[in-house]
Amino acid sequence: MHHDTVTLDSQAKTLFEQYKDQALTNKQRLAVPVQEMPAQDPDVRRDNMEEVALGYTEAQVLIESIRCLQCANAPCVAGCPVRIDIPRFIAKAALGDFAGSIGVIKEASMLPSVCGRVCPQETQCQQTCTVGRVHKDIDKAVSIGRIERFVADWEASQGKRSVPEVGQSTGKKVGVVGSGPASMTAAADLRRAGHEVVMFEALHKCGGVLVYGIPEFRLPKRIVQEEIDTLVSMGVKIEQNFLVGRTATIDELMTRDGFDALFIGSGAGLPNFLNIPGENLVGVFSANEYLTRSNLMRAYDKAKAGTPLFDSKRVLVFGGGNVAMDAARTAVRLGAEEVSIVYRRTATEMPARREEVAHAHEEGVLFKYLHAPKEIIGNEKGKVEGVRIVLCQLGEPDASGRRSPVEIPGSDIVLACDTVIVAIGNSSNPLIEKTTKGLQVDRKGHIVVDEDTCATSIPGVYAGGDIVLGSATVILAMGQGRKAAKAMNEYLSDREHRGGSAS
Amino acid sequence: MFSIIEKQKLSAEVFRMVISAPYIAKARKPGQFIIIQQGGDFAERIPLTIADADPEQGTITIIFQAVGEATHKLATLNAKDAVTNVLGPLGQPTHIEKFGKVVCVGGGIGVAPMHPIAKGMKQAGNEVKIIMGARNKGLIIMEDEMKAIADELIVCTDDGSYGRKALVTEPLKELCETWKPDLVVAIGPPVMMKFCTLTTRPFNIPTVVSLNTIMVDGTGMCGGCRVSINGKTKFVCVDGPEFDGFAVDWDNMMLRLGTFKAQEQEAHHRCHIGLHIQEGDA
Repeated sequence: MHHDTVTLDSQAKTLFEQYKDQALTNKQRLAVPVQEMPAQDPDVRRDNMEEVALGYTEAQVLIESIRCLQCANAPCVAGCPVRIDIPRFIAKAALGDFAGSIGVIKEASMLPSVCGRVCPQETQCQQTCTVGRVHKDIDKAVSIGRIERFVADWEASQGKRSVPEVGQSTGKKVGVVGSGPASMTAAADLRRAGHEVVMFEALHKCGGVLVYGIPEFRLPKRIVQEEIDTLVSMGVKIEQNFLVGRTATIDELMTRDGFDALFIGSGAGLPNFLNIPGENLVGVFSANEYLTRSNLMRAYDKAKAGTPLFDSKRVLVFGGGNVAMDAARTAVRLGAEEVSIVYRRTATEMPARREEVAHAHEEGVLFKYLHAPKEIIGNEKGKVEGVRIVLCQLGEPDASGRRSPVEIPGSDIVLACDTVIVAIGNSSNPLIEKTTKGLQVDRKGHIVVDEDTCATSIPGVYAGGDIVLGSATVILAMGQGRKAAKAMNEYLSDREHRGGSAS
Repeated sequence: MFSIIEKQKLSAEVFRMVISAPYIAKARKPGQFIIIQQGGDFAERIPLTIADADPEQGTITIIFQAVGEATHKLATLNAKDAVTNVLGPLGQPTHIEKFGKVVCVGGGIGVAPMHPIAKGMKQAGNEVKIIMGARNKGLIIMEDEMKAIADELIVCTDDGSYGRKALVTEPLKELCETWKPDLVVAIGPPVMMKFCTLTTRPFNIPTVVSLNTIMVDGTGMCGGCRVSINGKTKFVCVDGPEFDGFAVDWDNMMLRLGTFKAQEQEAHHRCHIGLHIQEGDA
């Protein structure tokens, strides 16, 4: 059932009257109900691109924060890839010290307004939260991500976003390849150290997957733009329309163009297909294409956009991750009559963020579990008209630890559709590997880096994010950007002390 | 930043522009292309071929036909204006070496990307014969430039208004019979390239084609450009744009090119009103 913001806020206010000025015992804290995230009404949001989750109200944050037990061993911190001091920022939020709270987060994280929205908290900080464990229900863990989002948005709303201080010029020039979360973090940390930083972006807009991949209704583009604007005001130079590997190679940047070090955060940019018959029929799209058209090219605004979008009635989306949910929910908003997720396993194994799955359900997306696509069927005009599916049952756990689907012989069915969106992950884009002599990559084409420094096989060249990790999360990418920048700063200052120069 | 140095109207719907793009001018090789986005946030990204480049001046030359909303918008720009976004060079360069005897077939606007390839082939020591085709006299472009390169230049029009009244496949077949080329390179509309490969196949002459498919980013990310090559899916933007013409699934490629036909036709009509071009003029 849908509750509006006003109702949720007044419930929180009533609770707050009850708890304020009280020293609470753990038992009392555990009795405080988890605060529901206010959201747009599903019937309304099906027809707009605006953000679905509206964010906690101040009263809700105060209540949610007192649910935290302030555990001495802080299992939540261990669950956070960048080790944000979670109990400390929640304690400050509970006191209404939102400035102090965001300050704590920013010690470890560069993009709290993004991570508060897109992190899979239920498999990270909230998975290990004591409160959820006591209740034996992960949905009752402290809503760490929602509190994080609130304090980040609070800071932005105050109009006094702090621009990180930039150190004295070192005279070193550093390039950052790509402008997604890994590159944004690396760029900020490198610039803070006083280096000249140039960020190279192939597309006409910065932000990487945050801009072309994640839809407006989940992460408003203005939030990403604010982060880019912060980098620009720190003095980071941005070179758009620059595809490293083609416009200039890594080697040309290092030897011809005078860069002292480079960070490669080019992302996982090559969409996977199932390699089943019919995947090149008209009406079959990679999720990357479908989402890029809608997000980056803004094709959802049919009256204004030059980029066309396919007119879909019945859509099947292959995959069970966040990208599959994004594609399905975009199709709903673009007017498709029936949108279904086709997934080989069950809800339990599905990698998508819980909140996104719940939102997709609310918006009318259908879920066809234990369905394995075998063939896409086309009509005489080469257009998709259906997908042949084999039904599955769950077998033994596979390498990923999830129970693997086992096909049931003879269970073939055909689902009718006019559009298929393939959202089964990405492989690494081979462009930089192919154009960079001596750059070591693994079997899957991911750049091989030193675990502690993110250094590649080429001196002065570092890498992080999806090009190293495969399809990972924003927060992991950010963590690598930070790690690499630290090592690069050390590398550049060592070289300066030795008086060395680029080879 | 990508300022237009020169603009010329070559025919009713075909334009030539020299654009300042120093990095691309330096890096580009024959066979590669660019992606242009003209206008604000809502404008479409479109792939265009590079007809020439001057690394010293830092300029590239593009020749394009105003066929859709995006190219029409580009055509409204003039010298001293600037193109909003230009990305490149994209795709794999043409494999150029001394093959011996090379026939270059350019159809319509496909003559433009053929120019640097023919030039490269000639410089590599090949004997180069060029066949150029267009629907009518008014649509013939770069004849002088091609004449300067070719050992023999054959110009055909569909309606006989200039040169020989023939489709390009006619002289191509004759050359296959009499001159016996070692390589054929064909660039033009898909149906022309398809029939070029059908012409050369019986003679078993390797035939390279350059595909211009639907693309969004041009860097390998969207996969909209995928084609079936010998039954395997390849991306035109990163694996191409040139492929062995005998391996291309032409029918599938042409169907895919029509994915957004309904939306594009609507946009084309709107553009013609804006540019004051009469339908059928081109």
